[in-house]
Amino acid sequence: MARYIPPKQSKIGQVIDVIVLLVLSIGALYIPLWLGLAGSSKLPLPADNPTWESLGQNAVMVERWEALGYDPASAHDMITARFDYSFTWGALALMVVVIVGYFLMMLRLSEKEYREVIAEKFEGK
Amino acid sequence: MADTDITSKTMDGMGPHGTKVGLLRVLGPAHVWALGVGIVLVGEYMGWNFAVGKGGAYAALIACWFAGILYSCVAMIDSEVTSTVAAAGGQYTQAKHIVGPLMAFNVGLYLVFAYTMLEAGNAITLGYLISVAADMTGATEALDQRPFIILAIMFLAWLNYRGVLATLTFNLVITAFAFCAIILLFFASAPWSEGTMLAHADLMSGQAALPYGWLGVLAAMHFGLWFYLGIEGTTQAAEEVRSPARSLPFGTLAGIMTLLIAATLTWYICVGYLPWEYLGDGVNGAVAPLFSAAQMTGSDGLILILGFGTLFATLASANGCINDASRAWFSMGRDHYLPQWFGAVHPTYRTPYRAILFLVPIALIFALGAPLDQVITFSILSGLLGYTFMPINVILFRRKWPLDTIKRGYVHPFHPIPALVLLALCSVTYFAVFLGYGTQLIAMVSFYIVVSLWFHFWRYRFVKRADQFTMPWPKPRGY
Repeated sequence: MARYIPPKQSKIGQVIDVIVLLVLSIGALYIPLWLGLAGSSKLPLPADNPTWESLGQNAVMVERWEALGYDPASAHDMITARFDYSFTWGALALMVVVIVGYFLMMLRLSEKEYREVIAEKFEGK
Repeated sequence: MADTDITSKTMDGMGPHGTKVGLLRVLGPAHVWALGVGIVLVGEYMGWNFAVGKGGAYAALIACWFAGILYSCVAMIDSEVTSTVAAAGGQYTQAKHIVGPLMAFNVGLYLVFAYTMLEAGNAITLGYLISVAADMTGATEALDQRPFIILAIMFLAWLNYRGVLATLTFNLVITAFAFCAIILLFFASAPWSEGTMLAHADLMSGQAALPYGWLGVLAAMHFGLWFYLGIEGTTQAAEEVRSPARSLPFGTLAGIMTLLIAATLTWYICVGYLPWEYLGDGVNGAVAPLFSAAQMTGSDGLILILGFGTLFATLASANGCINDASRAWFSMGRDHYLPQWFGAVHPTYRTPYRAILFLVPIALIFALGAPLDQVITFSILSGLLGYTFMPINVILFRRKWPLDTIKRGYVHPFHPIPALVLLALCSVTYFAVFLGYGTQLIAMVSFYIVVSLWFHFWRYRFVKRADQFTMPWPKPRGY
């Protein structure tokens, strides 16, 4: 097997590669934040004039909230906010397909590259 | 059996592309422990409590223990492979030799993102802590946290730039302090005494027990990983360890045991002092839960010690993160997976200085612009993808080089059970992240799909094929 000689990359090419990676990484991670798509769907329940009783807090809990500097009105949002864990099977299936597909694609392409590496490294052995 | 001497000064520590100056071999097992625990211990000081928010206090404890099993598998698998592949880059270098270049490129990015996001999370917590300190000393206006975030990241980058020994010795001292502070808070809380302020029964009664039912227990696994995330970083310093076959398994396994104790104590202390809703809100509530618990004791001494514990834990973690992320980036540059400019070692300090400097602005962008739970989720997701790689890695490692073909410094028991358990727990954690943070999950995996295609169809042309295999191993079986 002929030994593979990689082309020499110019300095501008190196800079472009770094910029591409930066844009991809910051873009992929930041765009959902900018668009407000990322993050928990944790919403408080609306309530007028909440009391510790209506918020379901016992005496010890009330003592701790007050020590932390909260009253029923200021603690209300924190106490009543809940995640919405409802999901569709379609969304779950999409997640499974994306993750499994990613690993399968990566293993397949890696294997192709790995065979080239081993063939060249152990040529004639 | 090939006589693989992983302590050889000529076989590793030198770049495959003729790096003239190798990294210095100066670290012992205590440094390895400090690197692993130092990065992770901050997980007890901040972030883990989002698990309480996702499932309640009991759910967080169950998640803590299941995550402990996950990381025990990680430590066992990692110790075996690393005791054989002792080179800078850790799992990245493992992937390169065992799975292939594209997998290695992805693993390198997992490491860089997991650690850089963790570093950003540390800086956010540090900024918060300083603002609380300002409030406690009577500041009349809210303190701008941003200068402190920037200064902390710049200072630690400079420390890493100057040299690994000073950096990790510094980590050893501040990590030990932060660990002792948790123990001290536990004993000061005197859970065995009748007068204790810990009130688990009252604070975890009624709907507070399992507010989301068993689905919440699954969901809590997402942030349960945060108790231990980063312990696998011990392998990053493999080229700078004096005796990797002994020090790496010893330091890593001692580290996971330390963290199991610290995580359980942390949970016990915090849920006994704080209402779960406050504890579980790490953005508006308990940003630094152990510090908040210390505040509940009313003891100025404990508040001071836990304040410094939080400060030191964030500094030690950010310090270790810079160390690990830069070594992964450096290794990828050295192999031309990234522009080779990053593969340079400083002529005087012998550190990967260009990689260290390059990652500073990325950490700053996220530390200054993203909420803590988002930053932590990005870090966890990159870590999780890395843990999914590990069972694949060890199964292929044993298949390509059975035990009688190359010498290992450590052989993990019960193979393939740890690999299969790890894979199952990773699957559960993906589902846990999906519950509440599905958008980030899809965004992050999509990112890795796109960069994988970019690497395979573009970047890989600059990579010398045979140079990717630098270990003195025999030809893998089946090739």
